[in-house]
Amino acid sequence: MGIEGIGARVARKEDKRFITGAGRYVDDMVVPGMKHAAFVRSPHAHAQIKKIDVKKAQGMPGVIGVLTGKELKADGIGNLICGWMIHSKDGSPMKMGAWSPLAVDKVRYVGDAIVIVVAETKGQARDAAEAVEITYKELKTVVDATKALQKGAPQVHAEAEDNLIFDWEIGDAKATDAAIKAAAHVTRMKIVNNRLVPNAMEPRAALGHYDKAEDHYTCWTTSQNPHLARLVMSAFYNVAPENKLRVIAPDVGGGFGSKIYIYPEEIVCLWASKKTGVPVKWVADRTESFLTDAHGRDHVSTVEMAFDKNNKITGFKVDTIANLGAYMSLFSSCVPTYLYATLLSGQYNIPTIHANVRTVYTNTAPVDAYRGAGRPEATYLLERTMEAAARELRVSPAELRRTNFITSFPHQTPVILNYDAGDYAASLDAATKASDYAGFAKRKAAAAKQGKLRGIGMSCYIEACGLAPSSAVGSLGAGVGLWESAEVRVNAVGTIEVLTGSHSHGQGHETTFAQLVNQRFGVPIDSVSIVHGDTDKVQMGMGTYGSRSGAVGMSAISKALDKVEAKAKKIAAHLLEADEGDIVIENGEVKVAGTDKSLPWFQVALAAYTAHNLPAGMEPGLKETAFYDPANFTFPAGCYICEVEIDPETGTTEIVQFVAADDFGNIINPMIVEGQVHGGIAQGIGQALLEGAHYDASGQLLTASYMDYTMPRAGDLPSFKVSTSNTPCPSNPLGIKGCGEAGAIGSPPAVINAITDAIGITDIAMPASPSTVWAAIRAAKKH
Amino acid sequence: MYSVNYHRAASVADAAKLVKSGDAKLLSGGMTLIPAMKTRLAAPSDLVDLSRIKELQGVKVSGKTVTIGAATTHYDVANDEKLRKACPAFAHLASLIGDPAVRYKGTIGGSVANNDPAADYPAALLALGATIVTNKRQISAAKFFTGLFETALKDGEIITAVSFTAPAKAAYEKFRNPASRYAIVGVFVAKGKDGVSVAVTGAGDDGVFRSKEIEAALAKNFAASALDGVKVSAKNLMTDLHASADYRASLIAVMAKRAVAAANA
Amino acid sequence: MSDVSFVVNGKRVSGAAEDRTLLVHFLRENLGLTGTHVGCDTSQCGACVVHVDGKAVKSCSMLAVQASGSTVVTIEGLANGADLHPVQAAFKEHHGLQCGFCTPGMIMTATDMIARHPEGLDEATVRTELEGNICRCTGYHNIVKAILAASKTMAKASKGRAKQAA
Repeated sequence: MGIEGIGARVARKEDKRFITGAGRYVDDMVVPGMKHAAFVRSPHAHAQIKKIDVKKAQGMPGVIGVLTGKELKADGIGNLICGWMIHSKDGSPMKMGAWSPLAVDKVRYVGDAIVIVVAETKGQARDAAEAVEITYKELKTVVDATKALQKGAPQVHAEAEDNLIFDWEIGDAKATDAAIKAAAHVTRMKIVNNRLVPNAMEPRAALGHYDKAEDHYTCWTTSQNPHLARLVMSAFYNVAPENKLRVIAPDVGGGFGSKIYIYPEEIVCLWASKKTGVPVKWVADRTESFLTDAHGRDHVSTVEMAFDKNNKITGFKVDTIANLGAYMSLFSSCVPTYLYATLLSGQYNIPTIHANVRTVYTNTAPVDAYRGAGRPEATYLLERTMEAAARELRVSPAELRRTNFITSFPHQTPVILNYDAGDYAASLDAATKASDYAGFAKRKAAAAKQGKLRGIGMSCYIEACGLAPSSAVGSLGAGVGLWESAEVRVNAVGTIEVLTGSHSHGQGHETTFAQLVNQRFGVPIDSVSIVHGDTDKVQMGMGTYGSRSGAVGMSAISKALDKVEAKAKKIAAHLLEADEGDIVIENGEVKVAGTDKSLPWFQVALAAYTAHNLPAGMEPGLKETAFYDPANFTFPAGCYICEVEIDPETGTTEIVQFVAADDFGNIINPMIVEGQVHGGIAQGIGQALLEGAHYDASGQLLTASYMDYTMPRAGDLPSFKVSTSNTPCPSNPLGIKGCGEAGAIGSPPAVINAITDAIGITDIAMPASPSTVWAAIRAAKKH
Repeated sequence: MYSVNYHRAASVADAAKLVKSGDAKLLSGGMTLIPAMKTRLAAPSDLVDLSRIKELQGVKVSGKTVTIGAATTHYDVANDEKLRKACPAFAHLASLIGDPAVRYKGTIGGSVANNDPAADYPAALLALGATIVTNKRQISAAKFFTGLFETALKDGEIITAVSFTAPAKAAYEKFRNPASRYAIVGVFVAKGKDGVSVAVTGAGDDGVFRSKEIEAALAKNFAASALDGVKVSAKNLMTDLHASADYRASLIAVMAKRAVAAANA
Repeated sequence: MSDVSFVVNGKRVSGAAEDRTLLVHFLRENLGLTGTHVGCDTSQCGACVVHVDGKAVKSCSMLAVQASGSTVVTIEGLANGADLHPVQAAFKEHHGLQCGFCTPGMIMTATDMIARHPEGLDEATVRTELEGNICRCTGYHNIVKAILAASKTMAKASKGRAKQAA
């Protein structure tokens, strides 16, 4: 490893602009003549719109336009769609209700957009938005997914009877039932996965600019995947043909899934720019974000895990109800199905699995992928169940897991996935050692003397990331392929631009991607620029989510680098009068192996562009494009151990130690990987201890600001002990797995296992807030 | 935020004149009022800024008497050396309000006038039998805090200072709402020449109150152990997303116990 | 409308603004200083922290006209002509930022925190003092590390200066 190559702990190139206030986010963009938008949103969770009167608003100071869904429809703007078709087990397609970017006759959740107001200033737009008069007929609401399935529940969409979107299954029901029947022991649990709000610190924003002279649109948007946004807005929402729509996602302040989707606001801002003749900017305030960003999780499941007399798992049966909210968001259908149930084998040899998933409409914000997306829900079920089983079977939780680990690879699970590599015992050993698992009893006793309840919990997670082989996801209903693209442009002086379809919103691509180039050609990373986030600059790409930028995005770059390297070697061989096979590129030099003949890298690049002396028939230039479609998912895995101390008088849980031992395959920049793990763990601890979206029965979001939604603060968290023990991924050229989501996937069960251990109970609801823990301790004492 | 007219008052007399215009409100640190205006929950026509009036700033300690100007920031209260000697519990309480940036701006007068049921100062002032001084009169804390966000202040009346006699012993213990970080329960205990008083913020459904149960137990013996087994009634306590009335009742006893231990330390 | 006039990052600036204009909006929209961000509506996230008269305050909870007559330093002016302020450098060195959105506020808060604790900082104090700054990316681990490191560097530098003066 060089000082800037693969494996080096290089400080980030992009940091300079962020630490000096020079980052450029959507809200920082200014276009001449730009005006400001505010949306009129439904205050009701479920209502018919009887009348919209915009007259008063139109007369307010500074108002340029007040536009409704009727006008939007008249202009042919299409409904929002879910891009992944799931069929119910009876073969029928999912029941997708219509989602108009501006509601026309019915609103289905608090925050549903109805009218856009464009005015000179943001303040004036809001003043006028308040003056829009809408007459509603309120309807009965349903916010709980289980209740939504009951006969007679309020009907959210006419298309979905009993609010059931689909009733889907995976695995072998018969074999699993038989395994449960024959089992020596069955652990049964009802497990709730709480609804979360992603809360990227930068609120969503959009700036739409229609250029009348060119008949061309530009959209600056807080997106994790600008090309996908352009594709969907062109192909499905009829905003503009692709060649007339440029989408730019500049610096984006965190995504965590919530900025994958194309929301009503960017569509409406683009359309409104044409209607009003001015560029239109909208920036969400935090409460708007709470109400309208896609939420995450919200599952209720029952599980049965069967064991034989040797404590080997013989079957796993799961029944899940997943709340998808008021509308089907872009990838909402795949999250509780293929990103969830396919992970139910975890790190374990399980001969048979069956999962049934019902997805449901309710009068709540749409639910879609949030960091981990389906995999945290699966891991939570498995790892809570394993912990409970260990306690019931009176064996060490670590040993029960070890007994059931998959140890040979490749391994075909009963739920589609084929694990290619891993060493689960290595992570378990590393984590138990780092946490002094063996010494816990002593620490517990010492805590008891201080009147504290100490508990320890573990979680052995696996996830499938590096989304995803296109043919595989296509066969499962995906509307898009999940390859990635890269273009490597070597300039005439040897500096390099890499155009990538991945998008960085905190992940540090400008550094890690440059390290990859440095490793290959020895060019300093300062001479490598990573270009992303602009559909006019970068070839079609699929963006960043599902921990894919390393495994898929960098593999595409690697493939393009292969092509550049091959051509550069041909040129060098020609110039140095050597055999192409003898050319090596090292430390910025192109050499003939075993001789002192060499050329500096830039001379090869220059030769490619002067084209005075190229091999016969070779085209000038040194620029290559590659599309990489992964051969398989990749499977990061690891073991997390959490130790807590609870103050029984107040119910306060302190995380006294958190250990993460991960297997991420080959690592490009360990510093950045550790940062990803820290952030993921914080979100996982947030889910377990602090965060939860709560609607009241009428559909009002009670946690719509930081006054009520508990964001993890520095004081809520410890420093984390993280380490890796890596088995390279055999399915991609770099041996990379993925590290973006692991922390959020692995940590919630570790925390809850620790808390239930401390209190001596089977289950506790997330978030295990002080009041919840206090009540649980009291209830446990009564029994 | 709705449109508003801003006035910077040069003196209390000036402020008293300015606050008569339209639907004016007094602005001190603005840590509650500005966010409320941003979310359009408050819509004053005019704002009269008190924060630069010198006569309203600063802590004075003379013998056992503490007087704190209404526009003194939480930061200045927390860090005043004289106050930290005279009544460390009061300075400590100020250091627990909001976050460092909020403490630089927020003022004691603003907090007291707002009487948020989860604010910290009301507990201290009530327990200490403090006097709230306005440009018109002096009001005892017991008569000042009249309900949720309600005080005895009349329209246009301006708090100029609070004053109290430093107790022999006192302490404040706060249990925070995990999200807002306001008090779910805050208990201020004080032992002075008039006996023991215990005031609770964050919990009462009518705002700050004195806990008779705790006071009775401590009157006999000002020791944490005196509170063993003391049950606080959940009646008239708030229930919300973050804490039930039962939980608050239990926390009152726990926080009181810890406060007494701290006061005796 | 009021006339607003203050010194921002060492330069005297003035302009007219609606009285309802928040300081953060004046900085961003009138002065083009977009390094100061808005991340919430309830004065809790701290993305908007700037220094007013030497104190770290939330510019989203203050009217521009309230700050008139004051001296304001934003993230753009923190280094005061140097390449990077030691706190900025520490955030980079210790990977104390990811998406960068909360970073300016974090750095302005950290600078103030270090100034208030000349005796030095420990992890628990740093975590408590970060009460008013929310980060969603880093889990705070490396932010805490960066602040502790910057605090040490700055203490050394000021000791060095004291020695020179003596």
